[in-house]
Amino acid sequence: MSAALRIVHAGPGVSLQDAGRWGYLRYGVTAAGPMDVLAHEAANCAAGAPPDAAAIEISVGGLELVAEDASIGCAIVGGGFRVALDGAALPSDCMATLAPGQRLSIRAGGSGSWAYLAPFARVERTPILGSLSMHARSGMGGAGLLAGEALALADLWEGPATPRALAPVRPAGSAPLRIVAGPQSDYFDADNFARFLEGPWRVSPRSDRMAYALEGPKIGHSKGFNIVSDGIAFGAIQIPGDGQPFVQMADRAPTGGYPKIGTVIAADLGRLAQMRPGDALHFSAVSVEEAVAAWKAARQAMAVAMAQDADLKPESLLALNLIGGVIFAEE
Amino acid sequence: MTQQNEYRLLDAGERALVVEFGSTVDPAINGKVLALDAALSASRVEGVRECVPTYRSLMIHYDPLVISRHALAERVSAIENAHLPSPKPGARWTLPCCYDPSIAEDIGQVQDLTGLGHDRIVALHSGATYRVYMYGFAPGYCYLGGLPKELAVSRRSTIRPPTPENVVLIGGGLSLVATISMPTGWYVVGRTAERMYAPERARPFLVDVGDEMLFEPVDLATFATLDARAAAGETVARREALS
Repeated sequence: MSAALRIVHAGPGVSLQDAGRWGYLRYGVTAAGPMDVLAHEAANCAAGAPPDAAAIEISVGGLELVAEDASIGCAIVGGGFRVALDGAALPSDCMATLAPGQRLSIRAGGSGSWAYLAPFARVERTPILGSLSMHARSGMGGAGLLAGEALALADLWEGPATPRALAPVRPAGSAPLRIVAGPQSDYFDADNFARFLEGPWRVSPRSDRMAYALEGPKIGHSKGFNIVSDGIAFGAIQIPGDGQPFVQMADRAPTGGYPKIGTVIAADLGRLAQMRPGDALHFSAVSVEEAVAAWKAARQAMAVAMAQDADLKPESLLALNLIGGVIFAEE
Repeated sequence: MTQQNEYRLLDAGERALVVEFGSTVDPAINGKVLALDAALSASRVEGVRECVPTYRSLMIHYDPLVISRHALAERVSAIENAHLPSPKPGARWTLPCCYDPSIAEDIGQVQDLTGLGHDRIVALHSGATYRVYMYGFAPGYCYLGGLPKELAVSRRSTIRPPTPENVVLIGGGLSLVATISMPTGWYVVGRTAERMYAPERARPFLVDVGDEMLFEPVDLATFATLDARAAAGETVARREALS
């Protein structure tokens, strides 16, 4: 069976994202993928889709859509957005089935920057280099979802009979964002590294899917700020000449030429992604082992929550690598 | 005692490990990067997502829930201890390049910066044999070493507006073949009729890192003809196999 979600309104920055266009970083191709990986995976798991399936990433610009041709189940997970089905309010994190002609609206709430809508279906589009992710700067996969567009769906499966709330993907909190130091932390002396951790930093309005700019104390370099370009990981914190950090996010270029003082750990990247311009933050440094344990715990907690609220299939747990990880990690 | 390998392991978070062989743009250092890259992809290590070769280091993206950092470091060490030879360039590419000032938008500025005439700049740029060090920045953007010293102008202090597509640039002692239109801190010295990235092509990305590249000057009329053929899907660069 096929059906479509017709976009009635899409604010700037609303896009389709699967786990990203991996495999072509060596050719200069940005991976893209979700800003909040855990929320994206949670939405897919709640919908009974593979964790890396394509879902709609909703920006603070908001989204409104209508079900066409069939009843369509949708799981919505993310940063405290206001969700309404034909005008009736639903919880921020929820799943519901849209009857044909029913209208779902998802608007920014008091906090949070990104929400994910995963359909109880497979998104029917032609992948570019193996992925449906959209990258606005290169136009690869499309620049964004637009009003009037129909998102074609195939292989629909049954959605919930009545709307259901889902557990939030992570607890609220203002703990420091954890980083692993390097790869160029040796470009900064102890004083500047300490100043960097302490901040406090504010998220700049110049932030987007490519990078979050931070404003705060000036961080000085001890060996200059030009390095021979090397690889850039998700969460890499570059310090350019003006001493104000840029955290490299989903739409980062695969390589770059400023020293990187550290990398925000996977477990805390989603929390950073959900911050808004003006939000305050500071950092703490952890080891690689602590970072791995935190990521495993965050995904396990998410999977447990989704298993309780949705009907999480064992294959989804397997796909999250939580079981495999235990077996293979010590090899 | 076995000879100590000269590389550093640097963590780029808990999901990427950088193996750094040096800090300069040097074919021998880049050769070590490509040797490790080739060995890792040949051995298909479970948990390694993908590798990104750059001038002087290899970034290994991995899933720490599948392979630990320690296990990955051991694999790297085993490969380095085997002292594998650096791969030889697989091919020599000759790209048609038009240096006419009407499309080589910044060649006048390069004349001012270097004090060289237009024809001398063309002779120098098209007379060199380049090495493809890496792709980066945007799809198909191809970074080349081997630029003659006379053309080693610094990058711009401020970014220039977006270039046309498929331009050839210089800056910071390197040359670059671009694809899509983007703002840049480099200088446009020419435009190639070839596409470094064409999604419909059997090989979407034309060249491999480590390949050699040459530029063949063509006039405006030839450029227009070749550009139309390339737009229709033809590969207009010449490829010569080397190994």
